[in-house]
Amino acid sequence: MENKLDGNAAAGILQAIFPFEMTLVQATCAGCGTTNAIGATAAYMHGMGTIVRCPVCDTALIRVAQTKGRYWLDMRGVRVLQISTEA
Amino acid sequence: MERRTVPGRLTWQLGEVVATQAETARTKSIRLSLPTRMGHRAGQHVDVRLTAQDGYQAERSYSIASPPEEEPRVTLTVERLDDGEVSPYLTGELRVGDKLELRGPIGGYFVWEAQMGGPLLLVAGGSGIVPLMAMLRHRTAVGSTVATRLLYSSRSSEDVIYRDELDRLVKSSTMLEIVHTLTRVQPPGWTGYHRRIDTDMLREVAWPLDQHPLAFICGPTPFVETAATGLVTLGHEPARIKTERFGPTGEA
Repeated sequence: MENKLDGNAAAGILQAIFPFEMTLVQATCAGCGTTNAIGATAAYMHGMGTIVRCPVCDTALIRVAQTKGRYWLDMRGVRVLQISTEA
Repeated sequence: MERRTVPGRLTWQLGEVVATQAETARTKSIRLSLPTRMGHRAGQHVDVRLTAQDGYQAERSYSIASPPEEEPRVTLTVERLDDGEVSPYLTGELRVGDKLELRGPIGGYFVWEAQMGGPLLLVAGGSGIVPLMAMLRHRTAVGSTVATRLLYSSRSSEDVIYRDELDRLVKSSTMLEIVHTLTRVQPPGWTGYHRRIDTDMLREVAWPLDQHPLAFICGPTPFVETAATGLVTLGHEPARIKTERFGPTGEA
């Protein structure tokens, strides 16, 4: 079962990996080319991990899973990630 | 505006429970004392991690209900989900003096600070009030007079979280209006809204478009989508509508 939330819910695990304010990071979708803040995306959380999806075309932007001692990050759905170094 | 440093990777810290308070039959506020200031802003959340004796861990996100001005103390308001892994423990078992593992603050997207101005439209569904309450408390703590309206949907008046405090805030604050809708049960003589939020209700409550209002919507996913779509339909600027979907994270 998946629970549709938004990128704010995925921010904890992303910010455990990246040293940035991740809900404000802009992701350009490899599927449709639109750019959205991670906080405005759709996030699906389930037992296997978290999937961040494009709010326009539903492409899986980021898949992240955590196993013992390892993060697995599949980012093939992101064409460009823009990270502001000033929050 | 103050320049902020990059937050850095999040790490877990231990907060100590200093008080708990039942808000409604299903929700409880948990006040925690942190070893150091977290430096959160109104609207942000934390992840809470519970570890069982066999090492099994469960993490959930909870919005911070208290304003930044109260740090290093933070209050979380948690709704009990009967089939949940974490919320029954937080609302039923946790006692003053217990320690709780948390990391944060998380989320700079769904944030309001007084200097961002308004007019402000807050739209809450059920426990979606929690991060919006942090914004209202911050507004009060800094003496802001930003014109603010809260549209708050609850099932019944018994389900209105922070009911007494909201009543007090309306009386003591300038430029604050609160509109309730009670969707299932209304007290005798209730003259307010008694249906789910829809575009007509938003049209009546929202600020005029020429004031370029700033909107924050928090609630369950269908509620948020109805409210956000409604505001866009009415002509509100999508870039000035921030949403946060509230709901169970992870498998129950």
